[in-house]
Amino acid sequence: MASRIPSLDTEVIVTGVSPSRRRRQLRKTTESYSFLAPTLALLLVLMIVPIVMVVGYSFQDNVILGKSGEFVGIANYVAILTDAGFWRATSNTVIFTVTSVAAHLVLGLGFAMMLNSKLIGAFPRAIFRGLYVLPWLFTVAVIAVLWRMLLAPNGVINFLLNSDIEWLASPQLALGTVTFINIWAGYPFFMVSLLAGLQGIPGDLYEAATVDGASPTQRFWNVTIPQLRPIIVSLLLLDMIWTSQQFALIWMTTGGGPIDVTEVLSTFTYKLAFAKYDFSSAATSAVLVLLMSMVLAIFYVRHQKARD
Amino acid sequence: MTSTGQGHSKALKMVGAATAVVSLLTATGCSAGGASGTDADGDVTIEFAQWWEPELPDGEFRALIDQFEEENPGIKVDLVSGPYASTKEQLFAGAASGTMPDVVGLDGAWVNDFAAQGVIANLTELMTDSGYDESELASQIQVDGATYMIPVVNFVYPMFTNDALLAEAGVMSPPSTRTEFADAASKITALDNGASGWVLPLSLESPNGVQNDVMSWVWASGGSMLDAGQPDLTNAEVTSAVDYISELWDAGVIAPGSFTMKEQDKVEEFTNGRVGMMIDSLAHINLIRETNPDLEFSISAIPAEDGYDGERGIPYASWGIGVAENSEHKDAAFKLVSYLMSEDVNSDLSTMANAFPGNTESVPAFVTDDELFAKAFEIYQAGYPANEFTGLPVAEELMRLLGEQLQSELDGQQSVDEALKNAQTAWKSEF
Repeated sequence: MASRIPSLDTEVIVTGVSPSRRRRQLRKTTESYSFLAPTLALLLVLMIVPIVMVVGYSFQDNVILGKSGEFVGIANYVAILTDAGFWRATSNTVIFTVTSVAAHLVLGLGFAMMLNSKLIGAFPRAIFRGLYVLPWLFTVAVIAVLWRMLLAPNGVINFLLNSDIEWLASPQLALGTVTFINIWAGYPFFMVSLLAGLQGIPGDLYEAATVDGASPTQRFWNVTIPQLRPIIVSLLLLDMIWTSQQFALIWMTTGGGPIDVTEVLSTFTYKLAFAKYDFSSAATSAVLVLLMSMVLAIFYVRHQKARD
Repeated sequence: MTSTGQGHSKALKMVGAATAVVSLLTATGCSAGGASGTDADGDVTIEFAQWWEPELPDGEFRALIDQFEEENPGIKVDLVSGPYASTKEQLFAGAASGTMPDVVGLDGAWVNDFAAQGVIANLTELMTDSGYDESELASQIQVDGATYMIPVVNFVYPMFTNDALLAEAGVMSPPSTRTEFADAASKITALDNGASGWVLPLSLESPNGVQNDVMSWVWASGGSMLDAGQPDLTNAEVTSAVDYISELWDAGVIAPGSFTMKEQDKVEEFTNGRVGMMIDSLAHINLIRETNPDLEFSISAIPAEDGYDGERGIPYASWGIGVAENSEHKDAAFKLVSYLMSEDVNSDLSTMANAFPGNTESVPAFVTDDELFAKAFEIYQAGYPANEFTGLPVAEELMRLLGEQLQSELDGQQSVDEALKNAQTAWKSEF
């Protein structure tokens, strides 16, 4: 059995006197926290303070613009939760998010499997990979301007379809149209991540399944999907969080209109803050959005922990 | 000390120093105020935040300010320039944190909110204190009887007509009444060459179409959307104008895509010859000419109700100016305001901006140089500048609230009366 070699402390070497255990512990703790201090200071100033301030505002009236806010308890929460506009925005957010995330998964997985297929040669595969990943390279502002022009009543899409459909300006079509644009903009993230996952699946599993007589569909459901499951769950949760907070795309294409058909929680909150200058209500709405996002975030963290 | 000990100590010191720098940076970041102040020579530096400089030809606005600095030794002006939207956000953030620049470019739509917060100075007091003669000012924006904003230059919104389209449709002169306008719009649409009679931007992202393209019809016939400063959207004049717009909509003479169309889309449609008529700012004349030099267009007063022969209100937007309440150099700030409002400087600024002066004595050079502007000046002088949104609380939100109701009405979900009644209720809760 190897004997345990005691670690030599700097102070012991210099002074020859061993410091007390408590002092050693204290110094170690101080040292550790000193290394963490810059990160902790940034986290405090950039995350904790703003969040606490916003939560504080949500319990006050007349904040930011007034000289001093008054504590009003949960009055702001009652006002927001009884506002039909908030529920309309919530319902639109759910439709927009669930449809987008589901389509991202289906398209992302489909394209990833296609790019992973041995049926396509290396050169066409490189071309398709470049093409499919393109939407991800554009910033939201470019995507919004691009699609506004393409979908304009006298734009390219209507020219090709020989129609005069008001894709973004029609109350019946607008939510579907912005969801489509968001799907187009977001699927490459799924595609790239799932492609990496597919490339990591050992070929033996497919060979074994083939030997056992599994059809391609059975191989997909019993080999591919179980192997990709951890990645898929992570992607779904992350995309749910990101999509439910989508603001720029909707603001720049429809501004939440026509009427209120594309109003989502982010545009609803923005309008409260910067159109009505009602920062108390905006803070309340933001806190409610934070709570909803936290539910998703908790699922994500639990999933990550379970994986570890 | 051993090298290990020194290493530890150095590492700790570096971490400590890094933490101190981060804390200092974040702390200064939180409290960064304006750059205004007094330097060692006793010179005063004032900040002037506006969105005008980027909209004017390169260097011209700075040259005007340099001239001010020459005439007022001891005062330096630090121009804080950005696009309109950024300036707005910066001012609202500055208002909240008490760090507004000394002199601020203002839109009439913000004045009520800033005055209510007490973040912009009472200019009536500053004018009295400095013995300023206000008789030359074309207008002043007041809240509760005190001036908070002075319009430096005004951009009016007349009707633009595409001469070629009108002629092709057999309309020989720009329409002057609502009936003539509806007739011209339907004739242009009937040409069946893809062009529409009129264009109506109703985007909720930037809802100023409600002001410029909807309410302008009310003001052009001498109507009003207010009664003693309170909302009065259900009156006969507003109802008649919205009814009229609704009829144009049903007749299919309005360009498609209204509900998400913004001002720049409107100008683009007109410039490309896809609409025959629009109501727009004179500020866009140069843009239209540069983009489509072949387009022949005219400017006329906005059509009024048939039989109306009173003065026509013409919508306008202003580059307004105000002084921050937290400014430590209000005297210097007001000197800059009075300089920009002086006859010659105001003439120069109007000329640069293709706008009408805020000083009644100033005459911009383009009035004599350019036929279209001369015509516009004629219309401006024959009517009166009308913009009832200026000075109202949350003016942009009021436009958006009415815009939502109008969209709902045009989409057939409610009647004109219901739309106006709902908008009236929504407006009342904001006043």
